[in-house]
Amino acid sequence: MYGNAAIGEAAIRAGCQCYFGYPITPQNELTEYMATNLSRRKGCSFVQAESEVSAINMVYGASLAGVRTMTSSSSPGISLKQEGISYLAACELPAVIVNISRGGPGLGSISAAQSDYFQSTRGGGHGDYRTIVLAPSSVQELADLTHRAFDLADRYRIPVIILGDGMLGQMMEPLEFKYDAPSELPVRSDALRGAKGRPSRIVKTFTSRPTELEELNWSLFRRYRLIEKEETTYEIYLVEDAELVVVAFGAAARIAKGAIRNARANGLKVGMFRPITLWPFPYEKISELTQTTKHFLVFEMNMGQMIEDVKLAVEGKREISFYGRPGGVIPTPSEVLRVITRLYYQKGLKTEK
Amino acid sequence: MLLEQKTVLVKEMLIKTIFAGFGGQGVLSMGLNLSQAAMSEGKHVTYLPSYGAEVRGGTANCTVAISDEEIASPVASSPDFVVAMNQPSLVRFQNQIQSGGLLFINSSITEPVVSRGDIEVIEVPASDIAEELKSPKSANMVMMGAFSKKTNLVLLSTLIEVLKNTFKTKKMLIDINKKALTAGYDLF
Repeated sequence: MYGNAAIGEAAIRAGCQCYFGYPITPQNELTEYMATNLSRRKGCSFVQAESEVSAINMVYGASLAGVRTMTSSSSPGISLKQEGISYLAACELPAVIVNISRGGPGLGSISAAQSDYFQSTRGGGHGDYRTIVLAPSSVQELADLTHRAFDLADRYRIPVIILGDGMLGQMMEPLEFKYDAPSELPVRSDALRGAKGRPSRIVKTFTSRPTELEELNWSLFRRYRLIEKEETTYEIYLVEDAELVVVAFGAAARIAKGAIRNARANGLKVGMFRPITLWPFPYEKISELTQTTKHFLVFEMNMGQMIEDVKLAVEGKREISFYGRPGGVIPTPSEVLRVITRLYYQKGLKTEK
Repeated sequence: MLLEQKTVLVKEMLIKTIFAGFGGQGVLSMGLNLSQAAMSEGKHVTYLPSYGAEVRGGTANCTVAISDEEIASPVASSPDFVVAMNQPSLVRFQNQIQSGGLLFINSSITEPVVSRGDIEVIEVPASDIAEELKSPKSANMVMMGAFSKKTNLVLLSTLIEVLKNTFKTKKMLIDINKKALTAGYDLF
């Protein structure tokens, strides 16, 4: 199944009731999948909006009505959605936003890139807020994390971003779905569906009293602390005895893994650390790794964005190098192996006999 | 721990193939067929179609990676096998093939001008054979048959099983595609 279709199917199985999209390469197959499959389901709706801005505001409305809702786009389109995401965050509304990212800046290219790391992990729009960011690295994970995204969004009442890229969205891999579609679509108890028999509720993003807004910010950040504590996820690969640890996420991580397998075959003690949640970022685990590993190599398909978080985690205790290819160029495992090998000997790291 | 490292030392089998041709020649279906066959034989597979601002009737291609282990990258910068269904594909991909790799050429409509001596060139008159079978559209399956015989990547029987599934709703197409596959297979 195509990565894009896998997200669509997983969303339907997670009980997504409303999808709003606007076409952009390389995520079009997802919109297409929802047009064919979601609109056929009882009680569900698919709308192709007239722009990205209106799509995210339709999500805003659907979320207020208490249903599971999703939109998807690619980098330039996600930029347009930022205002809406900020409003969702302010109103504490759950939503799933898929970014099958491509090269930037500007209209960029339609090839896979990871240059939206900053935008995704720092909130993206205006105001003091965060979104949970999940970074899958295979088609199976696209499906699994889509399901998780809906659960997280509802549990913490927060917009969740799935940060994929053109390579993952376009490629086909075997996968298994772990859930069946629910027989009854979930509706949140706090939905705005008429105030008959109860006092009215007001959900708003504006107040003229700064102290009230300050309290909202405090309450948001208390929840963010809880999310950091409970939901940080990562994958480690051969790090126990590693002299060098490669830190990479998403598609870059699977490329790095291939390079590491070959580096190990050559006797180099290399491991990999892959954040699965980019926010909350697994600072603690990386900090722990500084005790066992000598050197870090951050590898991204951009000019170096996640490296800032790795630096925050390492706190200057170890040296960090960087290798990146921006603009939608997809590096090969052998290219990364050359970088690893050169760095390994430059830094005088110990090999196996 | 020791055991784990030993398994890492085993050289993995990773085969990458690029199928290329005109849009409409069925190059993407060839890749899809191979992927599904490899999947049902229990291999790790990735399939990556080329996309871009392609023009209608222009070239199309896809990359299939098959391995016993997790596949790092679905992109092939130096594929083991290339299937060129037309002239532009031959020009574009022949220099990328790994030394010792195989190049399949649809020789019915392609001048097999190959400038390298370190790869094996396999000429398959796929379009002609498909014409003889009175099904010019199944040239891709003729090529697929020849491909599976020469590469041993997947079994012919698995490919036929995949066909049955692909044409579940158009049963009359199974037979002719099967014939085309077998004709290609029996060429070598």
